[in-house]
Amino acid sequence: MAAVGLYNYWIVVFLMMAGFYIVIAHDNLVKKIVGLNIFQASVFVMYITFGKVQGGTAPIIADGVTTYSNPLPHVLILTAIVVGVATTALGLALVVRINEAYGTIEEDEIHDQDDDT
Amino acid sequence: MHSYLVLRVVAKLLMPFIMLFGLYVQFHGDFGPGGGFQAGVIFAAGFILYALIFGLKDAGKVLPRGILRFGIALGVLLFAGVGVYDMLVGGKYLDYSVMAQDPVHGQHLGILLVELGVGITVTSVMVMVFFTFARHRQTKGDD
Amino acid sequence: MIEHLAALQVVIPLLCAPICMLVRYRDWAWIVALFGSWACLVISWLLLQQVIVGDPISYHMGNWAPPLGIEYRVDTVNAFVLLIVSAIGAVVTPYARESVRAEFGVNRVYLFYTSYMLCLCGLLGVTITGDAFNLFVFLEISSLSSYVLIAMGKDRRALTASYQYLVLGTIGATFIVIGIGLLYAETGTLNMEDLAKRLADQPLSRTVGAAFGFLVVGISLKLALFPLHLWLPNAYTYAPSVVSAFLAATATKVAVYVLLRFLFSIFNVKLSFGVMPLDTILLVLSVIAMFAASAVAIFQPDIKRMLAYSSVAQIGYMVLGISFANVNGIAAGIIHLFNHALMKGGMFLALGCVFYQIASVRLDDMAGLGKRMPWTMAAFVVGGLSLIGVPLTVGFVSKWYLVVGALDRGWWFAALLILLSSLLAVVYIWRVVEVAYLKPAPENAGDIEDAPPSMLIPTWILIGASVFFGINTDLTVGVAKQAAMQLLGAGG
Repeated sequence: MAAVGLYNYWIVVFLMMAGFYIVIAHDNLVKKIVGLNIFQASVFVMYITFGKVQGGTAPIIADGVTTYSNPLPHVLILTAIVVGVATTALGLALVVRINEAYGTIEEDEIHDQDDDT
Repeated sequence: MHSYLVLRVVAKLLMPFIMLFGLYVQFHGDFGPGGGFQAGVIFAAGFILYALIFGLKDAGKVLPRGILRFGIALGVLLFAGVGVYDMLVGGKYLDYSVMAQDPVHGQHLGILLVELGVGITVTSVMVMVFFTFARHRQTKGDD
Repeated sequence: MIEHLAALQVVIPLLCAPICMLVRYRDWAWIVALFGSWACLVISWLLLQQVIVGDPISYHMGNWAPPLGIEYRVDTVNAFVLLIVSAIGAVVTPYARESVRAEFGVNRVYLFYTSYMLCLCGLLGVTITGDAFNLFVFLEISSLSSYVLIAMGKDRRALTASYQYLVLGTIGATFIVIGIGLLYAETGTLNMEDLAKRLADQPLSRTVGAAFGFLVVGISLKLALFPLHLWLPNAYTYAPSVVSAFLAATATKVAVYVLLRFLFSIFNVKLSFGVMPLDTILLVLSVIAMFAASAVAIFQPDIKRMLAYSSVAQIGYMVLGISFANVNGIAAGIIHLFNHALMKGGMFLALGCVFYQIASVRLDDMAGLGKRMPWTMAAFVVGGLSLIGVPLTVGFVSKWYLVVGALDRGWWFAALLILLSSLLAVVYIWRVVEVAYLKPAPENAGDIEDAPPSMLIPTWILIGASVFFGINTDLTVGVAKQAAMQLLGAGG
């Protein structure tokens, strides 16, 4: 039953592979960004998961509580989320400008246009 | 643009509470969950709501581009400036303990200023990102 | 202030970035960037002087002692890389003034300097930090700003190149975070020194093995090791000239440093090359990179693209040196890191001069350019000779130590391959020389002068340095050997 008990990690693995697959397999530039986001989100879940201490509460000092979850992964992942937001914003901005320059956001059509010139 | 009366009234009523909650999260960061990142996003959400209901033009009057650009730079400068000030008064970079007479007071002051810088930058960046994307669409639609 | 040098190295460009944004007027922004990059050079020089003679410097951010606090740690290895990055920054900034004015819309110039300062801040931060997660944050600062810089290119293909780099770069960075996360889960620390200690104490677990794999793949993506180099040629080709020069000379070098740091300082040699067969993998990949990328370079009509492929090949040489895992090999890798920054930076700057005058860097358009722009093309040729590895240039020094390293390891065939692949460099450099010097200029070509001195002088500083350090090898070889011994000592 250990494998079921670690269901968080199964979710992480599934999300990671799903996101990675979308990035590689899809031609649409916006979908690629979505895939990238799912890929990154899986890492966030992974960090939060191993920050959990069994029986621990939220890491805020309170009377009568002795066990806390590890707050460090949360802080780290807050930083990673900010990086993710910046990446997404920049990626989407690039897609907008690519759409203006090429009139499409499908990768194969962009390649065709580039080959012609 | 249509004027949805209910939305306008509710949004106007909500705005002060969103801002107040933002301030609470911003300054409560010293003692509990909260801080500049979260507060900045709440502030930005407030402005974005305003822009959605009242249109970009009015929102642009509340927060002109120049102010946003200034805010982005100011927040980073405030953050880095606190660090440099600490170095000047004899501590390590971002060592808040030297900022006031006793270390506890200094730590409070330091984290307050740093989180303020973070909050200003995050608000400005989020609103700027929204405005940039939204205006882009609008100017294109007018063509 | 001398004790704060380590922090100032990163803080000064971090402060300069928002100031550039506030002043907005392009010449003022340029002056701020100039001050920032020169200050960085001075600081990195002082740091290097300190660590050559003394112990590594450890700076505790916010006075929180490591391993809990973030530590900036400067030893010979990263002091040398800091010097390379900031030196390239200091040379490129004066050059940028004319080049940026010609290639950018007037209104966006201050944004260029803001991103440029952030990129410098990120690259220096990656190099100086002693904390694994902090390294990721700085890596993303530098990457995000370099996506912006690349997208500023005039050609619309700059946008797709930047997008492609963004996707692959983010995958690489996320792989690195996964690796760091797994290491943290296993050891409970993020401080590099502490990580190394705890990893050495415990037997190899599956978690550490997975972390190792994720980290190596992620870093290899960032340093464009064959076959993960696909983002690089487009990015360097369509980026503005200044950006190509700056990134080609610094970004991949910093990634190579990160690889060195992880393989030798955090994991140890026994794990990297004993338990894991990484030496064979790196050897094979780098040899393929040397040959395949050089061969592709020969057929490029666009000279910037040719240099980009040549960069992939040259990265192969650096990684080859690392794969030998002995003092001479690693020293050769570090020497080549320095030398390649000089010569490739110089050559890209020379191409920027060409683009400034004839608005093209295609081979066909460069006919007769040897007579029309003598100084620029002379710089390009000297850089090319160095790329080939002709004696009295830096290229020779690095290849010499590479061959020595290969023979030390007993891989004589690798030594042979190094010499063979140099012949490919002869071919692609010769193509340019042939067109520029032996073909007549087209009839309809107007009279052009050489590039303005503010662009030529920085170009010649880099090219001149690549000759100077080819003759006087004391600094580079001495420091690189000390650094290599430190890396191997820390790991063994």
